[in-house]
Parts: sequence; structure tokens; C-alpha cells
Amino acid sequence: MDSLEIRLKVNGEPRSWRVAPGDVLLDVLRRENYFGVKRGCETGECGACTVLLDGKAVNSCLVFAAQAHGCDIVTIEGLAQGDRLHPIQEAFLDAGAVQCGFCTPGMVLNTKAFLEQCPQPTEAEARQALAGNYCRCTGYKKPVEAVMAAAANFGLGISDCGLQSRKKSEIRNPKSEIKRGRR
Amino acid sequence: MPEYKWPEADKRSLIGKRHSRADGPVKSSGKAKYSSDISRPGMLHVLAVRCPYAHARVTSIDTSEAERMPGVKMVQVVVEPGKPNAETQWFLDHVALVAAETEEQAEDAVRKVKVQYERLPHLVTEYDRTAAGARARPQDAATTGDPDTAFREADVVSEGEYGARFISHCTLEPHGSVTEWKDGRLTAYLPTQALSGSVSQFASPLEVPNTNVRVICNHIGGAFGSKFGPDKWDIQAARMAKAAGRPMRYFTERNAELIVSGGRPSDFATVRIAAKKDGTIIGWQSDAWGTVGPSDRGAAPPLPYVFRKIPNIRTRYTGVGTNTGPSRAWRAPNHPQGCLLTMCALDDCAARLNMDPLQFFLKNISLVQGGRPEDYSTELLKCAEMIDWKKNWHARGDKTPGPIKRGLGLSIHTWGGLGHACQCDVKIHPDGSAEVTMGTQDLGTGTRTVMLVTLAETFGLPLNAVKLNIGDSDYPPGGASGGSTTVGGASTATRRGALDALEQLFQKVAPALGVPPDQLEAVNGKIQVKGNPAKSLAWKQACAKIGTNPIVARGACQAQAARKEKLIDADVGGAQMADVSVDIETGVVTLNKFVAAQDCGLIINLKTAESQMYGAMTMGVGYALYEERVMDQLTGRMLNNNMEFYKLAGLGDIGTIEVFMMTGKGYDERGVIGLGEPPVISPGAAISNAIANAIGVRVPHMPFTPDRVLAALEKGGVA
Repeated sequence: MDSLEIRLKVNGEPRSWRVAPGDVLLDVLRRENYFGVKRGCETGECGACTVLLDGKAVNSCLVFAAQAHGCDIVTIEGLAQGDRLHPIQEAFLDAGAVQCGFCTPGMVLNTKAFLEQCPQPTEAEARQALAGNYCRCTGYKKPVEAVMAAAANFGLGISDCGLQSRKKSEIRNPKSEIKRGRR
Repeated sequence: MPEYKWPEADKRSLIGKRHSRADGPVKSSGKAKYSSDISRPGMLHVLAVRCPYAHARVTSIDTSEAERMPGVKMVQVVVEPGKPNAETQWFLDHVALVAAETEEQAEDAVRKVKVQYERLPHLVTEYDRTAAGARARPQDAATTGDPDTAFREADVVSEGEYGARFISHCTLEPHGSVTEWKDGRLTAYLPTQALSGSVSQFASPLEVPNTNVRVICNHIGGAFGSKFGPDKWDIQAARMAKAAGRPMRYFTERNAELIVSGGRPSDFATVRIAAKKDGTIIGWQSDAWGTVGPSDRGAAPPLPYVFRKIPNIRTRYTGVGTNTGPSRAWRAPNHPQGCLLTMCALDDCAARLNMDPLQFFLKNISLVQGGRPEDYSTELLKCAEMIDWKKNWHARGDKTPGPIKRGLGLSIHTWGGLGHACQCDVKIHPDGSAEVTMGTQDLGTGTRTVMLVTLAETFGLPLNAVKLNIGDSDYPPGGASGGSTTVGGASTATRRGALDALEQLFQKVAPALGVPPDQLEAVNGKIQVKGNPAKSLAWKQACAKIGTNPIVARGACQAQAARKEKLIDADVGGAQMADVSVDIETGVVTLNKFVAAQDCGLIINLKTAESQMYGAMTMGVGYALYEERVMDQLTGRMLNNNMEFYKLAGLGDIGTIEVFMMTGKGYDERGVIGLGEPPVISPGAAISNAIANAIGVRVPHMPFTPDRVLAALEKGGVA
């Protein structure tokens, strides 16, 4: 089989692409001009290529493009609304958590997935949530502060991440997952 | 001519405050285009054919099958068999480049290039100098004072071996470029620390005039000293782009990136220190060696480091040539290694004297050179307070029962600074908009924000009222971002250019306000008579008097002049202290707390300055505990050339980091001093000393991995 067609949504827009069976999602997204998805280690270590796949943060270098068929993908390009940044992006800027910025899209998206699961995390949980994102420039102190500040903002109802409209029973208990090492 | 100086403390409205970075919104929203994100119409993708041996002669290359592969447009042999230079000198050095319509096609074609090699003898490890044979070349020896007498007369002589293994830069964005020719002119999208300087470095080997080269770099995913000019593969790809008449994209593959794109030289040393009973250091002797890669000429670390005024010194250095990817400048070149070798040896000396190392360092602080002795003392005491040294420090070897041993360690460091030569154009437009333009680059350190803060402060405008253009070599020449010189250079040029532009504006506005131009000032969005807001024009009204064309002033930084003006300075000091726990059953070292106190003159943006500190210390934890190019002497290969096994520090590894910036009176008056290098120097030494304090024995070589900790414990300590 030379290629196959996948249909998916990227940042809410329906897309239909022809991909090779071996193509990874990272490369296909970049080929389709989603350059906010960064190519770092290519082996699932650095987290720079993180995207949300049906709301779950994944390393797109470890996902075959074909696996995204029928899925809802959110890349960093899908977070801000025009010039209005998402509260998590604002929190990263306020905290000084961005330096060269290459790891930032992955961290921001990972934070989004995390806070949707765990809206009021402890700092230890925030640290664990971002443990799969390498930053070579500014380290992690400020990103953790950003996650905690974003969580505080979510708590105040500033969020537009959909939490307000979700029933409490839909929100899984992330703490127990962390303990079981599923994150 | 205006007086070129920074505004007095009470007149600063922006300088020294915390500002979010100007490029934060584009970076956090994915709009920022890094060089590796550039996609040009018709662009071909290049990948390299790499040598699997550490040292080999290429005897034949057959590209015919590769050339027939789908999508392949060009195969360029770069190591030609039969030519005198047909040798590869390190694992994964490239011998040919393949260009194809897609990256996947290039990858397939690379496998079809048939290369035959004659293997040649190699050396890839240097930590055991006795195995280096003829590749070890003694190159530096120096003596000051009378070390023999000092060691004879010493009450205590301590001795030890210390070493820092070779590490890689491991930038998240790899090295490479997109190159494109149009009408005989090259545009190179290059991640670079030296945008303007890269023009010559393309033009010269490509044999085109400098005017026919444009280099663009808007954002760069990490550099740390490894991304100055174009690499040989960038030049080769540019040649291919010209020949093919199509843009070429080449970025190194991650497995190669960790060995071919730069690293930090290793350094090892046996050190002896002579001291008096009261703790006074009287003599130093070191015999050091290390490698920078294939060159037998190594890079001697500064020894003794910081404590340069020890009266009697003998040093020797031997360079060892190895068949490994060549080193490049790595943040504070040679200082982290010199710091490790020195501060660990001093800490061992303090232990021999049964002295608290804090007291030992303070006692000998007059021996420092670079940075002010009183600053070091203040910084050490500040760190001691932050880490609660008095309560937590104990003599070597934590006697607490159980496998977890806790310890504290310290280190101090220095760096130069000043400002690189650079120029900018400052423009004030008749509509009141204002901008600064320079062919410089922002490595993520915050150069954009610093220039904007400087411009807005000088014009008395809010930060969002001024604009900036950088990242294009067609702009006035910026300097290379190396050695913590960018903030000094860029802020000086911007300040000088802005003051000159403002003077031109004052001349236009003075008649309307009825005073001579030198009686005017720009504050709070107004041009006003000094100290008299009632007699003023709003900035926009004032600019309306400019006429049709904008005011343009060229600002420049010339380091020595700027230092005299106290716009910039050099020679900072800093102290760091680490609190670690070591599990003596597993050898795992855990950072509990890591603190720093740092002076760097006048801080323009406190937020980005602090970010530099946290980032450097995090990087320091990485090189202290995890990072190492693991080379296999049998095969000549790097064994951990991926980010799974080339470990960086992650969030779970850093403990609590706290920094204290020495700012305000006594520091600000010095002018601006860069911060890229200083805080990355001490981590290895501070952490090594903390480990020794915890377990009672020195782990000689960094990184302090569990196997090395356990090996050291077998020789002694608390186990």
C-alpha cells in the first residue's frame, strides 16, 4: 500500500490527507504547515512535538499519522483566538516561562491536557505532569509557576478550556492516575 | 552631543523592572518561525550519508543507485575518494549529501549510496591519559612564585583527581539551514548566534560578494555557543541549491546532532594544594589534560580558577587528540571545567584542614581575580542564608543512620562581559512611532525585550509604543552573541542611538517650547522643559514637528568607550550552593535545593535575567548528574547518541532552585553586564562538593552517575 487517506479534525477544521503508512503524525502536521509542532528528539523524549489527540497530550513523533484518522487534533496554533492568547499562554508569559520558545508549544499543550484532568493541582502534581517536557534554556521553575497560576485562573472561571461546561462526573480523578503512574 | 549614560535610579520607569518578553506571544502561540520551520516553494530535502567509523579513509563511493531512486534530484559527494583529505575523523562525519523531493525519499536514497572505507586506527576516550599514547601532546606549562618551597613549607597538602567528561550542546532545534538563491543572491535561513558575521562566512567559501548574501534568523531553538557561523554542511547545501536552482533544507539528524554539532571539551586534572594550618592557601599545582576532538591542540582550562592570586602556582596542560566530533564554544568556554577542577580541590583541602569550606573560601577570598572580593563574600553569605548552611552543614560524611546521606557544597565563579561591537538605526517617525533596527539575533535570552525597554525608557514612552526589527543581515550589523556580550552591546547601541535621535527631536521641538534644546527631556509620553510638565508637548505633537522624513540616528557600541561611560562593565562574581541527598545503596544523587547569588551590574529586565539564572542552573544540574558523550573505544562509536540515553535534566531532577540577584546601589552604577555565562559555571563544582560532603568521599569524574558514586564509595566514605 503506497498511501492511504486519513480524515481528521485539526484545531476544529476538517482535514483530509494522503499519508504513507509509516508517516508519523509530527511529520505530517509539519508538512501541512502546522510548524508550531516542533521537531526535537524524534524519539518521544523531549515533548516538543506534543499535540492533543482527542484531548490527550501525545508526543506526535510517536503516533502514526494513520492512527489519527477520525481524531480531533489540537496543535498550538489552535489555542489562541486571533490575537487573544489562551489563559495558559498568558500564564507562561507572565511567569517568564518562555525563553527560546522551542519547547513552549509542547509545554502549553501538555498543561492544557493536564489542567482539564486536574483543575486544582498541587505543585508536585504539576511537576509530574510536565516531567516529559525538556527545556534547555529556562528550566522548569517558571513553567511550574505558570501551570499553578493558570490553574488558579481556571479556578476563577477565566478558562475557556471547556471545564465549565463539563459535568463533574466526566472529569476523571487524575490524582489516582498519577499514583498509578498512568500519566 | 548628548551625555551617554543610563538614567539615575529614581528616573527609571522601565529599566530594572520585570517585563514579559516581547516575542512571548508569537512563541507561545506557535506563530514564531524558527529556521527549521522555513518552507520555501520547490524546496528539496537534504540528508547526509554518514561514516559509521571513528576514523576511516573513503576508498570509493558509488552514488548511481541512489541517483535513480524516486524523487532524488542530486547526490553530492563531499569526501572524495583518492583526494588527500578523503578521511573521516569522527563517528557519523558525513561523506555525501542527498537531495530529494521529500525527506523520506532522501532517507531511502541515503541507504543506497555505497561507500567503501578503509578503517584507520582511532582513539575516542581520553580520561585515561596513559592510553592516549602519541595523541597526548604536552602544550602548556607555567610557574609563578616558588611552588616547591610552598609545598615544602605547607602544614597541609591535599591532593586529588577531578574531571569533567565531554558533553554535547544538545540544542532542541538541530543545526542546519534552508538556503535559496534568487538572481544570484543567496538567502540563508540559519539558526545563528552571529547573524551579521555569517554573511562573510557564506560569501567567502561560495565565492560571491558579501552583498550577494542575506542571512535571516528570527528565532532559534537553543544555541549555547554551538551555532555561530554556517557549518560545512550549510555551505555544501548552499552550493547544491545553486546548482539545482532550488532551495535546499538540511538539518542534522538527531543521532548525528549529538556528536557532529559541537560539544564541550573534557578536562581532567590531578591537583595539589598547599595550605597553612590556619587555612591560608600558599601553593597550587595542577597537571591537566583533555580533548577538544580531533585536534591535538587542546583548550587549557583556567587553573587555578578565580583564586588566581595564589602566590605559588605550577600548571601543566596536555591536549589529547581524539576521533570524536569537534568541540565548540560551550557557555562560558572552559570555565565550568576550570571551576570544577579548582573548587573541588579547594573543598578537599578544606576537608583536610577540618575546616568548614565556607570559612575556608571566605578566609582566602582576597586571592580572587575577576569580580570584586567583597561581592564574593556577600554572595557566599547570601547563599549560606538561603540554604541554611549554618544549620545544615556538617563535616564530611553524613553520620545519619540509613542509606540516604545529605550534604552541602559550594562554589564561586567569574566571567567577563562588556559589549560586542554592533550598530543599530533608531528612527522617530513624524507620526510619533519609533523603532530600532539591528542585524542581531535573540537566542531566547531576551535581546528583543532589552532593546525595546532601552528605547522606550529613553523616549519616555510605554513599552508597547516602540517597535523593533532584528533577525536580518540586511539591517545594520549586529555582533556575535558569545561571551555574555549581547545585552551590553545591544543596550548600549540602542541607548546611544536613541539619545542621538532624541537630541534631533529636541532641536525640532525647542522653538515651540521656547527653551534651548538642552533644556528638554522626554518623560511620561511628553517632551517637556526639564522638571516642568506644564511646559510640554505630547510625544505625538512633538514628532509632528519633525517634517516629512523620519529622524534617523545610528547607535553603536564600542566596548572600551562604553565602559568609560559606565554603560557597560565586565567581571562579575557569583556563588552557588547545592543541597543533595545521595542514596548510598543505589548511588542516585537527588538535588534538594540549589541556590545562587549573582551580580551582573545594571539589570535591564529582571524577569529575563532571572530566567537566565534558573535555566543555567538547570542545565548545570544536567551536566553535573547526567550528561556525557559515552564513547566506545572498541567500535569508536558514541553509545548514547539519542535523547533517550543522552540525558538532560527534567522537572523531576532539579529540586528547588532559588536565585538572588545583586542589584541596586553599588551594582547598578557599573552599567550592564551579560548573564548568559556566569550562572552555568558553578553547578558542577557545587554539586560535586555537596556529594562529597554527604558521602565522605570525592567522586572524581563528572557527571556523578550512580555507577561512579558507587565506585567512589567502594574506596571509602560513609558506606
